[in-house]
Amino acid sequence: MNISSIKELNDLRRKIQAKRDPDKPCITVCGGPGCLAKQCLDVRDEFISEIAAKSLKDKVDIRTTGCHGYCDRGPIALIYPRGIFYQRLTTKDVKEIVEETILNGRTVDRLIYTDTETGKTIENEEEIPFYKRQMQLVLKDNRRIDPHSIEDYIAIGGYSALAKVLGRMKPQEVLDEVKRSGLRGRGGGGFPTGVKWESTHNAPGEDKYVICNADEGDPGAFMDRSILEGNPHSVLEGMIIGAYAIGSHEGYVYVRNEYPLAVKNITIAIQQAQELGILGDNILGSGFGFDVRINRGGGAFVCGESTALMASLEGKPGEPRAKYIHTSEKGLWDKPSNLNNVETWANVPLIINNGSSWFSSIGTESSKGTKVFSLVGKINNTGLVEVPMGITLREIIYDIGGGIPGGRAFKAVQTGGPSGGCIPESLLDLPVDYERLTEVGSMMGSGGMIVMDEGTCMVDIARYYINFLQEESCGKCVPCREGLFRLGEILTDITKGRGKLEDIQLIEDLSGMMKDASLCGLGTTAPNPVMSTLNYFRDEYIAHIRDGKCPAGVCRELITFSIDEDNCTGCGVCLKNCPSGAITGEKKQVHVIDAQKCTKCGICYDSCKFDAIKKE
Amino acid sequence: MSEKSIQRGEMVTFTLNGAQVKADPGWSLLEAIRFYGLDIPTLCYDEGLTPYGGCRLCVVELGSGKKAKLVASCVHPVREGLDVRTHSNRVLKTRKMILELLIARCSSSKKLQDMAALLELREVRFRPLNDDCILCGLCVRMCEEQMVAKAIGFAGRGKDRYITTPFDMTSEECRKCGACMYICPVCELRCQGPNAETTLCSGCINTEPVCTSEFDDAMCFMVPCLSCVKKPEDVK
Amino acid sequence: MKRKEKTTIDISGVDPIIDKYNTQQGSLISILQDIQEEYRYLPREALEHTARRLGIPRTQVFGVATFFKALSLKPRGRQLVHVCMGTACHVRGSQNVLEEVERRLAVKAGDTTPDGEYTLETVNCVGACALGPVVVMNEEYHGQMGPLKVEKILKKKRD
Repeated sequence: MNISSIKELNDLRRKIQAKRDPDKPCITVCGGPGCLAKQCLDVRDEFISEIAAKSLKDKVDIRTTGCHGYCDRGPIALIYPRGIFYQRLTTKDVKEIVEETILNGRTVDRLIYTDTETGKTIENEEEIPFYKRQMQLVLKDNRRIDPHSIEDYIAIGGYSALAKVLGRMKPQEVLDEVKRSGLRGRGGGGFPTGVKWESTHNAPGEDKYVICNADEGDPGAFMDRSILEGNPHSVLEGMIIGAYAIGSHEGYVYVRNEYPLAVKNITIAIQQAQELGILGDNILGSGFGFDVRINRGGGAFVCGESTALMASLEGKPGEPRAKYIHTSEKGLWDKPSNLNNVETWANVPLIINNGSSWFSSIGTESSKGTKVFSLVGKINNTGLVEVPMGITLREIIYDIGGGIPGGRAFKAVQTGGPSGGCIPESLLDLPVDYERLTEVGSMMGSGGMIVMDEGTCMVDIARYYINFLQEESCGKCVPCREGLFRLGEILTDITKGRGKLEDIQLIEDLSGMMKDASLCGLGTTAPNPVMSTLNYFRDEYIAHIRDGKCPAGVCRELITFSIDEDNCTGCGVCLKNCPSGAITGEKKQVHVIDAQKCTKCGICYDSCKFDAIKKE
Repeated sequence: MSEKSIQRGEMVTFTLNGAQVKADPGWSLLEAIRFYGLDIPTLCYDEGLTPYGGCRLCVVELGSGKKAKLVASCVHPVREGLDVRTHSNRVLKTRKMILELLIARCSSSKKLQDMAALLELREVRFRPLNDDCILCGLCVRMCEEQMVAKAIGFAGRGKDRYITTPFDMTSEECRKCGACMYICPVCELRCQGPNAETTLCSGCINTEPVCTSEFDDAMCFMVPCLSCVKKPEDVK
Repeated sequence: MKRKEKTTIDISGVDPIIDKYNTQQGSLISILQDIQEEYRYLPREALEHTARRLGIPRTQVFGVATFFKALSLKPRGRQLVHVCMGTACHVRGSQNVLEEVERRLAVKAGDTTPDGEYTLETVNCVGACALGPVVVMNEEYHGQMGPLKVEKILKKKRD
């Protein structure tokens, strides 16, 4: 079917809604990245066959959605209409759920969330502390829709923002509204979105491009993936609105090739939008035409940088160029181009529907709205969280994140990926805000938030990020290419006990030069992880260099493994698993590690059940 | 600088090391700076080729205070009202460090040593390597823009970036004109002739290489076959 | 130096791919990815043909083919083993997992085993951070990996 006016869209929406019974039982299975990795599709398939077996196919809906956020508890299923939250499901639980909950209206208590503080079970998703303390605006609809269904999207009000824009607003009014909202780029740059749109609108030239940056390369970040997979139409709607405001008729979505499901879901969404007439010529009878193409990345982190992304869209290697002339003036094919991150685009329909005053009432003075973070690492409640700007890091990590597993001590939280920095315990009450994070030597970044505990070596973390960037640097400019190479050499030396005290000055000199003279953001921000760890954890660097010790017990050359005679039972498990044959001992006798043969792989440490392996 | 001033052909006024100067709006900062007789070291820049902005030796400081920043003058256009300083402390420190890194990479290059002497760089604090290419890309641009052959280009990325013919094989497009050797700042590191530091012998392009009819990957100056110094029978 | 070889690769599969993308220069990377999916690597002849048809210099095609990690000029193994080296996985010990895989397959990350069976690569974050460390074997995700679990998943070969 094809609609060619706003009225037809509204009629279609009413028609779809009329067919749906809000009280009809529905099993919603979360199909986000975390749950997929835990085989949630097997659970979903089991639900399908069990529902069919009980002849309930017409009476119960089964919907597979995008990410709900609580990855730690996956696979997750929500049973509507009551909205019961079932967690950590396996295929073995399905029969019981269908029998107890679907057929008899009873909850299966062992699968319900239990609050660790009160000991009480919480049936409803919204009451669970992890969700209650969030403010889900962008992620909210993930649980309500099947990403492969444009009808689901329309039923919950999707494309009404587009209708409002095309029916009642002129391009300049849209630009003004987005500027007033205070929306800033969610990819990390934090540039005011409305201002960028306006520069592209004002740039001379007929042909203009609108681009969605879905190259999410920061390791540990999967926000964009979840938005694109879970609610692709929200991103499309934002892009069409942006294209209208800017005066562009051609758009691109550049998706990382490591995200095949995101590519699949946005492809389906675009096809469905084209078939319906939401993309193409004369959208909703407005006279405005716009269409979108998908390009996949080729495995290059640097292509997350706007000029490198555009080079790759031109069929060239992803080499950035200096932005002395902005891409809003000369971008893709030297034409005015507006590039925004996935999350930025997804915020646009919300702003249009609810108004710029509503949006700017959330957040801080300079940072408006919400931000989606991927909360990962040494944290109990791993997953995606969406919070208002201005919330403190402490609230995110402890109130929402549930603190550090095993009762271990918090050490640092890394934000902003390889361009960001580590933030220590003393700064946990920092409100999350573009400027505040930059002030302390980190940055907002795309939203990766990696929590670290006492078992993390900060020098090793610096070395990790530098090695990562070395692999990803395009190699064009000397500061980045040679600077990263030499920083890598120095940090590797330090982690192997070959560091010298002069190395610290050398690190600082290299960092300063890279910040000043690198050609693009990859190089200018590359020193951030090193400088922030040097700043806040200098004593760890000194311990490695001066004392030849790794306080966190991570750097192999600086730690020794030995067997505690008091705890060793002689079970032989460590001997069996040792890949270097470094352990000797008779059955039921205390075993011994030969330090010469030991490669410090840590397998014995992981396999001993008697706490008999010491690491120091 | 507005579109209108370009159309009217109006000159642009900016501050250069404290002095008010005028420049053609189509110029880069480097062109304007050199026009006024000031010199800035460069490696990847050549007047006859498209500016590249890769070596970053030509950086200058724009503005002052917290918002001051360094930009590559060879690719930054002149603009009305800029405050440009070509030899600030920040700039000099940066240039020295860049050269230090390049010398650590190509430690036997005379040209780099000479430039270092001019910048008073006395110490290289990194482990020296003996590479023979600084990846300035002059040869690539020379081959593409002046000789219109496009026989060589960049491959790989990051520290594995290098310059080569497609598929590291004998190039059909290469006409053995020698322009790449002519323009290369560190070509003496590759020459096998007796006076490499001062004169490239060009033996490699003046001799008819014996092996190209038989081997896939003879690339003349890129990977010297040494036909200029060896007898044909000795080439394996 | 190698002696010239006469090679014959059937590149008839390349034209339909180029046609699918309307011989657009901007689609070069997508074209190369599709060629790689068909041939399991990028044969030189296929790349040269692509350069001719798209009207771009061979240096550009070679530059692109060697710039992007997803593209390979050498044949890849039948089993693809990807160890995630994202920060969240790193903090949970992915380095140890990688070393165990390298040890068991007797191959370094980035290479293929001599029998052409396994290709081992590192990837920077697959978005399953809740389950770190993660190993993806033939598009199947294995979470909460440790060196002790490596042997078991390597046995899960596909035909």
